[in-house]
Amino acid sequence: MKTAYTNARIIDPATDHDAVGTLMVEGNLIEGYGADIDTSAATETIDCKGRILCPGFIDMRAHAVDAASALAGGITTIILQPDQTTIIDSDAVVERIRHRSVGSQIVSVYPMGAATQGMQGKQIAEIGQMQQSGAVAFTDCNQAVSDAQVMRRLLEYAGHFDALVVQYAENAELGAGTIAHEGEVATRLGLASTPSAAEAMQIDQDTRLADLTGARLHFALISSKEGVEAVRAAKARGSRVTCSTAPHYLHLNDNAVEGYRTFAKVRPPFRSEEDRLALIEAIADGTIDTLVSDHSPKSADVKRLPFAQAASGIVGFETLLALSLSQVHAGKVDLMTMLKALTINPARLLGLPTGTLAAGSFADFVIFDPGKPWRIETETLISGAKNTPFDTLPVQGQVWQTIADGVRVFERS
Amino acid sequence: MNTYSTDQSSYPRADVDPPSGKLFPHKHLLGIWGLDPTAIKHLLDVADGYVDLNRQPVKSAPTCAGLTQINLFFENSTRTLMSFEIAGKRLGLDTISMATGNSSIKKGETMLDTAATLNAMHPDVLVMRHGDSGAVKLLAEKMDCAVINAGDGRAEHPTQALLDALTIRRRKGSIHGQTIVISGDVAHSRVARSNIYLLNAMGARVRLVAPPTLLPADIDRLGVEVFHRMEDGLAGADVVMMLRLQSERMNGAFLPSLREYYHFWGLTREKLKAAKEDVLVMHPGPMNRGVEIASDVADDLDRSAIEEQVEMGVAVRMACIDILTRDLRQKDTAEVRV
Repeated sequence: MKTAYTNARIIDPATDHDAVGTLMVEGNLIEGYGADIDTSAATETIDCKGRILCPGFIDMRAHAVDAASALAGGITTIILQPDQTTIIDSDAVVERIRHRSVGSQIVSVYPMGAATQGMQGKQIAEIGQMQQSGAVAFTDCNQAVSDAQVMRRLLEYAGHFDALVVQYAENAELGAGTIAHEGEVATRLGLASTPSAAEAMQIDQDTRLADLTGARLHFALISSKEGVEAVRAAKARGSRVTCSTAPHYLHLNDNAVEGYRTFAKVRPPFRSEEDRLALIEAIADGTIDTLVSDHSPKSADVKRLPFAQAASGIVGFETLLALSLSQVHAGKVDLMTMLKALTINPARLLGLPTGTLAAGSFADFVIFDPGKPWRIETETLISGAKNTPFDTLPVQGQVWQTIADGVRVFERS
Repeated sequence: MNTYSTDQSSYPRADVDPPSGKLFPHKHLLGIWGLDPTAIKHLLDVADGYVDLNRQPVKSAPTCAGLTQINLFFENSTRTLMSFEIAGKRLGLDTISMATGNSSIKKGETMLDTAATLNAMHPDVLVMRHGDSGAVKLLAEKMDCAVINAGDGRAEHPTQALLDALTIRRRKGSIHGQTIVISGDVAHSRVARSNIYLLNAMGARVRLVAPPTLLPADIDRLGVEVFHRMEDGLAGADVVMMLRLQSERMNGAFLPSLREYYHFWGLTREKLKAAKEDVLVMHPGPMNRGVEIASDVADDLDRSAIEEQVEMGVAVRMACIDILTRDLRQKDTAEVRV
């Protein structure tokens, strides 16, 4: 059974291909794409009407699977963080998650394992066995492995397996107990705050360890200008360092927490306007490699609390594309760079077989209308959780269809 | 005849008589941030009247008889709680005080559930203190009655700022143009924040004096001059407000020792020489004698206004309760007439 996706603007970030044509799918694999594909053998023909067709997005940082929401956002591969009810720090847990994912056939879930046992930052977790079972990277998620000796040994050990270590970039002592970015807003609201320097310090320290050990190191959520500069400096001297940010950091600054809005409470915190602009620039110039949603569904119960007690995090799957595209529409980042950050870059970092439209690869792709205007509304989010600070925000760019493993798993009517 | 005052020190007519016709157009008193000078002046004017009342042998003015006031304190307090309770009682409200020790908060009930429960009992005024910044605002969103912030985290303590302002206005004639020094643990102080907003709104020059570890980031952007040396900050000052230093800040985390703090930042007669002759010394209490303030300075009858501040506290709180329930009382009488 073959399906032809005709009249699509096919973008394959793996090869910088960007041209109108047809993509042919046979079963669960991509047969090929191009302008002169013979569609006579197709049993079904889908007219994409000039919409963009690109590989399904790979979300390198999600705290919950929330599959329907992910597919609505064009995400076909989720990298699940280890901060689950049962912390992912053994091969048994990794296997259970992988097994469930393979059976489900809708969204691919790859777990990240804990970098240290119980994410306690003290003893190295069973990286080798977790990797064999399908863990694609190792991280302590919302906290940095702060002990430099543990980090050094972790990098050395992970390096032996060529496993990617993902570090949360915040100096633990400067970050302890803080809930906001250090600056005028936090001072006025009376919130305990952490300076941008805390992020840069952790990056500086760990990139030195990466140089020392030769291991690969990725920083999870860069939020500040200083952080960007630290990564840029490390890359310039040849460190094997990469980093991510989330599109909400490109959209909001610390003014978002004004009025103690807990829906804008995230870790790391929204920082200054200068930081926000530096992040956009860093995406454009490739200093930031990947964009993640940091999808973190929270119920109103844990958000409707005094700011200090409220849970951190926002739901990000369904807004990932539109928020990212807004920087493209603003002319700050080109479309190809943005799509690379959502597809091939994370695929290469994690060694995944997706993120490309190459012939023979899995038919995981998304068809979206880059200019379509819509309004983010919490009520219409597919995710059961509604914790987004972007309610009522007008945006451009919406997913039309998501195809995972050759099957149309999401279609917007 | 020109009916408008040409005196530059008085407010222009548009401020005194705002377009909405309401001098205090707010449902709650959650903070000083966002209050305009007219509203602040109105609160102080009304409080001034209550100061006179409070000095009479019979201190009751039961204008609010029949209304209910709940004082909900999630954080320990003696003087503020007493002050609110006395203020309520003098106005004739039925006041009930609840401290966390005997509430269901310890049984795991969330703050908003507590709010819903209290709301169902139809109070008319809720006075609340909480250890988290912004908590009182959050609760106010769920309450139908007027909510008065009696201190939330490090954010605001509006009635303290108002009573300080009333003290200054009565002693100095006006707030406008005064050089006012706030010294001590500004970083963790809601009193400092509320005072900065209020004194700036009323046209004072505000200076902060503290070691760098006790000053929050970008505090200068709130419109204050920042000093680290006491002698520099006090030069030519009209008023100096000392802040309480919490004991847990003194053991090496923020400051090396009490001894060293007192040496550099404790308010002594010697340091006070830099200020104006008639400088007014204030402290929100409770004082740490020999830590942030020397006993002889605190007890100086001519310059210390510390006890007067407590007196003004009751008057200011009466004014807040009175003003926030005025609409309610007018509405009630209107309904009775029908």
